[in-house]
Amino acid sequence: MGSLSKDEVLHVAKLAKLDLTSEEVTKFQKQLSKIVDYISQLSEVDTSNLEPTSQTTGLENVFRSDELKQEGLTQEEALSGTEQTDNGFFVVKAVINKD
Amino acid sequence: MNLPLTIKETQEGLIKKKFSAVELVDLYFARINKYNKEINAFITVTEDVACNQAKKVDQTLPLFGVTVVHKDLFSTKGVRTTAGSKVLEDYVPTYSATVVDRLEKAGAIMLGKVNCDAWGHGSSGENSDFGPTKNPWNVDYVPGGSSSGSAAALAANMALISTGTDTGSSVRLPATFCNLFGLKPTYGAVPRYGVIAMASSLDTVGHFARCTEDIKKVFEITKGENGHDSTVKNVRFLNPKAKMRIGIPKEYFIEGVDQEVTKAVMGAAKIYEKEGLELVDISLPHTKYAVSIYYIIMPAEVSSNLGRYDGIRYGNARTNFGNEAKRRIMLGSYVLSAGYYDAYYLKAMKVRSILIQEFDEAFKKVDAILAPVSPTPPFKLGEKVSDPLRMYLADVFTVSANLTGIPGLAIPCGFTKKGLPLGFQLMGPRFSENTLFALGELFEKETEYKPKVANL
Repeated sequence: MGSLSKDEVLHVAKLAKLDLTSEEVTKFQKQLSKIVDYISQLSEVDTSNLEPTSQTTGLENVFRSDELKQEGLTQEEALSGTEQTDNGFFVVKAVINKD
Repeated sequence: MNLPLTIKETQEGLIKKKFSAVELVDLYFARINKYNKEINAFITVTEDVACNQAKKVDQTLPLFGVTVVHKDLFSTKGVRTTAGSKVLEDYVPTYSATVVDRLEKAGAIMLGKVNCDAWGHGSSGENSDFGPTKNPWNVDYVPGGSSSGSAAALAANMALISTGTDTGSSVRLPATFCNLFGLKPTYGAVPRYGVIAMASSLDTVGHFARCTEDIKKVFEITKGENGHDSTVKNVRFLNPKAKMRIGIPKEYFIEGVDQEVTKAVMGAAKIYEKEGLELVDISLPHTKYAVSIYYIIMPAEVSSNLGRYDGIRYGNARTNFGNEAKRRIMLGSYVLSAGYYDAYYLKAMKVRSILIQEFDEAFKKVDAILAPVSPTPPFKLGEKVSDPLRMYLADVFTVSANLTGIPGLAIPCGFTKKGLPLGFQLMGPRFSENTLFALGELFEKETEYKPKVANL
């Protein structure tokens, strides 16, 4: 453990939908490797028979009644963050090719 | 006329008609216009909003006349909210965060939205896409981050109180670097609805002020269930005991911590001892792993939370993410990815359990833990920007409170020989904010503490 290859940097960038320049790949490979090397120190801690903690409130299954308490956004408000609209809808890039 | 430095001074001045709220707001804007260029605390100044609110001040409200600036992670209806990132450069929310609403309804006057490390990612304020904020006590130094503008605006006397978020250090560190009081509340005490999420199992909504009393007054307004953040339940807060014991954890006073910091923090501990509180040596041996746990869990949650920024419904494309956001998104994707999940993410969640047990054990012996906030005094702009890991280590004494969900109160305790602010923090069990406030007020009383702002 403790270092990232160039391919791994490109792989995680792809998973996270980030486009990197080749200079960025080199820079992040170096910086991320250093960080991963540091955080690998956790491997020395004995964690057998331990439950993982994902939150600290101790609350479980917080429910509310299924009723409308306040109005949501109007269509106009929901679309106010973008100029890419068409007939009351968001415009997105095509995700499926025709052929 | 001198600007009042506390809520009490402000409200007394208004009641006795020493000044009007409109005059007060005008004075703040005069200072903002004069000094913000150098300090760069503000991203957006909301003069119109403030003038309107000042004209209709209602003296029956608890925070009437109190000027506030919000970290730019807090959604404000109709007012641009950037998160310090070019991705949200032109984003105008259609609703306000619960805390923003609550403060407004309590009579607070909003002066503007303030700078921060983009998305809350940073310990110095230098990761903002809107330029670094400077420390008003010495403009060659960082104000601390990520709530950099929230702290700098108060140190430069450009507002009375400010909001911030604390996911790893982001209220307590800038509070300490800027000679302020800063509260990181218990996880689940204050609703986060409308605050741009960073790491959801760690994020807390806190605030800054110049004395414990003001921290307390603001907390009275911000805390409690709102129906929009399921981690927040109305609970009974613990009451301070008549006779309290304070734990001094040896792992927070190790070699490598700046001597001026250690001396000032131990000096604060002695004040309590003098007052008859018992100081108890305690040990939190897994402190040395806190930064590692944090820099696995936090980026994992960051990579998930920042996944929603696709530039389609609002905001700009993902190409606008800065270096630090990219690093954290990739690091998070890495520790969650197939083949590494068990070794990093699952492992970190388990060591987090040990850390929680350790603090629980400690709180059986003591009512609060006293420790430094930062291992060093404020550092110079540019000193750590090229070495992310070194920057991360600035959070070594603060991240444990977030990982364990406990509250922390940062309290100023003097200056270095160079005139840079120093501070300490008190941490208590979950929902022990009242204990921390009682200890904060005791410290102020015994040291005859006077609020102080930087000379510009």
